[in-house]
Order: sequence, then C-alpha cells, then structure tokens
Amino acid sequence: MVGVLALQGDFREHARMVAASGGTPREVRTPADLEDIDALIIPGGESTTIGRLASLYGMVEPLRSRISDGLPTLGTCAGMIFLASEVTEGDQPLLGALDMVVERNAFGRQNESFECDLAVEGWEDAFPAVFIRAPVVDRTAPDINVLAAHDGRPVLVRKDHVMACAFHPELTGDDRVHRMLIDLVA
Amino acid sequence: MKQGTKAERAGTLRVKRGLAEMLKGGVIMDVVNADQATIAEESGAVAVMALERVPADIRAHGGVARMADPTKVEEIMEAVSIPVMAKARIGHFVEAQVLQSLGVDYIDESEVLTPADSHHHIDKWAFTTPFVCGARNLGEALRRIAEGAAMIRTKGEPGTGNVVEAVTHMRRMNREIAQAAAAGDDQMMTLARDMGAPVELLREVAGAGGLPVVNFAAGGIATPSDAAMMMQLGCDGIFVGSGIFKSGDPEVRARAIVEATTFYRDPQIVAKVSRNLGEAMVGIEIDDIPAGQRMQERGW
Repeated sequence: MVGVLALQGDFREHARMVAASGGTPREVRTPADLEDIDALIIPGGESTTIGRLASLYGMVEPLRSRISDGLPTLGTCAGMIFLASEVTEGDQPLLGALDMVVERNAFGRQNESFECDLAVEGWEDAFPAVFIRAPVVDRTAPDINVLAAHDGRPVLVRKDHVMACAFHPELTGDDRVHRMLIDLVA
Repeated sequence: MKQGTKAERAGTLRVKRGLAEMLKGGVIMDVVNADQATIAEESGAVAVMALERVPADIRAHGGVARMADPTKVEEIMEAVSIPVMAKARIGHFVEAQVLQSLGVDYIDESEVLTPADSHHHIDKWAFTTPFVCGARNLGEALRRIAEGAAMIRTKGEPGTGNVVEAVTHMRRMNREIAQAAAAGDDQMMTLARDMGAPVELLREVAGAGGLPVVNFAAGGIATPSDAAMMMQLGCDGIFVGSGIFKSGDPEVRARAIVEATTFYRDPQIVAKVSRNLGEAMVGIEIDDIPAGQRMQERGW
C-alpha cells in the first residue's frame, strides 16, 4: 500500500499514477493513516499550506520517524521542499529527511513555469518534466545522489529510500519516477 | 550527474492547467492589501486574489468595479510567497495584458467586476498567464475552456455570504456532466447545441466523466461548513471572497476554513474548527438582490 499525503495538493493524480503502476494508493491525513503503508508520496501543492496542516495535526514527528525507519518516500515539488532540511528563505515546517537546502520558486513565478525534456542518470530516454513555480536544490550533503539537473541545478535527487524531484511526474503519463519508489516496496 | 536538457516550453496547456492542479484541496482568499495577504498566507491559503474591494463592498458601493491598482497588486506579490491571482473585467483584454506584465500567477476574468464587453470574453489563448473563469453550468464552463481558461470556478453569488447559488451551480455542473457521460455519440451534437457547449469538449467531458480542468467553488462561501459542503459536492477547492475579511475575526475564520477544506469528510473536525469563530459576514438573501444586480448573470 502506497500512502499519498492528502492534506492539500494534487494527491489524486499521484494516487492514479500509483494505481496505474500496479500499486494500491491510500490517502494519508492523520498519523493513524501512516500505520500500514509500505511507501509514501508527498505531492505537489503549496508547501506552506501542507507544512502548516501537517504540523497542526501532529503529522511532522510520525512522518519523520517512519521515513527515518526506512519507509520508501518520494516528494514532488512541494513534497521536495517538505523533505528538505532547510529553505533559502522564510520559515516553514520541514521534515529534514534529505540533508539539503532548497530554494522555493527558483525559476520565478507562473509565467516562468515550463515543460522540458529532462535527461536523467541511467535512463535512455529523456523524462517529460513539468516545472510549475518549481523549487531547485541549492546545495546538498555529499551523500545525496543527484540524478538530474536543469541549468546545472539539481532537480531529481535520491538518498537510499528517499527521493525528491522539483517537477511533476504525476502530471504526465510517464511512470518511471513512481516506479523507482514502487520498486523499493518488497 | 547527467546534463543536456532541451528547450524550455512556457505557457503550455499542461503548465497552465498544472498550477490549478497544485491548488486543489486548498483555499484561495480575496485580499485588498499586503497585510491581508500576509494573514491569508499565514492561515494556510494556497493563493490569494488581489483586488481593489471585496465583492461585498463592490455590491454596497455600486459604480464601475475595475482591475486593482498595479501598485496594490505588486505590494501583495511582494508580501507573500504563495501564488497571487488578480481580477480583470470580462472582455477587458488590456487589463489582462497589464496583469500579465505585472507577473501575476493567474488572471480571474471575473463577473465580480463590471463587464467591459457585453458580447465577448477575453481570448485567453493569447496569454502566457493562465486564466480562471466563472461558470454556472457545463455549457458556460466549456465555452470558457474553449476560449483558453485553464481553471473554472462556480460563480455562486459573490458578496452575499449565501452559499445557495454556489450549491445550485455545482449540482447543475455535476448533473450535466453525468448527462453528457450517459449520452450516446448520436446525441452529442444536440446536447452540445442545447448546452451551448463546443461539441469536441463535450465529447471529452463525456469520455472522462469530468471537466478537463480543475473546478473550484466560489460565490457566497462564509463558514467552514459551507466549504466542507462544497468539497463533498465534488469541487476541487474553495475561493473565499468577502467571507474572511468581512467577518469579525478574519485570521481565526481563515484557518478554520482551510482546515475544513482538508478534512471535509470529517464532521468532528469541522465542528471543532467552527467553534468561537466570532461573527460571520452579514448575509444577503438572493431574492432581495434587485434584478440586474446579480453578478452571476454577467458573462456570455
């Protein structure tokens, strides 16, 4: 069972993607919903809203402990921000599951949002990446693997069972990013 | 690290509709200045709508309501890190050009402002900035989408604090989507004619069983229960116009509506957040609005 954090954002698109890749999605809103999931997705949305609700409803600590105990986790866009240990500006609840600093809205506002074909380490074909008011990784701890970068800035990273991307694989028909997560579920 | 990314494509359908996808399950709040925008962001709003006066004041003061002063829009953009939307008058493509040049994240071609064109809406394909438009039924929604709207909201009846029209519009939309999905190919053209909908988009709705874009509820939402009800009726998220900053305690009410929108299926949480909210905005009975002053009737 793949949990999708459903406090706000495009969690239904992730659930659809999980189902299409052969997994069973489950919406996660409370600590109790975390109990029997085998993997977790933190969706795109507004990271300030998701962080605030997670903190208000006692989700931050349970999420931290499940992820540090080895729960395979994928964060996209807002989810990438939430997984980080620091943001370059502002103050919002973060999980710190990936030791990296993230810059929010790094490409600009919506008029600067874009799609592109993104080359990913180890993949033969480019990935159709959709960047929407997207963040980038400003700097990372040396043990975090950068799998893709745009203009030299990391946009797909992974450390062991935790992965994060600045773009939105859930808005495409390409399930390769989701497969990376689902393949970790025994 | 692998490099060699190809060209960036901005303003595509997927990029425009995609931002609306990210706002789902959230609350977009009307604000008239930077202080209100900050309160909205801190309360958990997913975006703010910048405008000169909230609908309740537009209704009370009368006169021609226009796009907000660019200085005001920029102040609001400076104050928050969440997306900023702003309203242009129906058909006023130059107000929309101005808002695009300011760099707002979404333009609302809105019936809350006084229409600038009594026959045409803005050609929204001509813009990089995405648009949201109001609709009372499926035909109206599909006409707006055919013009390039990347997001739809119910019109409801803005500035009333009365949710009844938003409910009517959402139920009608649901009913008409079900009707389209049940109709055979041989009925599609007649249905499209009757609804005033472009037939290709109607076929797409029939096949998918839903709109091709995100649909929020707007127009009269004033309480956490109103928001949760609209979510249970199947909308993707909530616009609150006058409901927050015309209430007794905007910050508390804003937070409560955000929480009710996330936990819309949990009446215990909706009950919890509904306690001690202070005074709600004064409501208006729809029948008491003189003919010709219903904002929902603006749009073609």
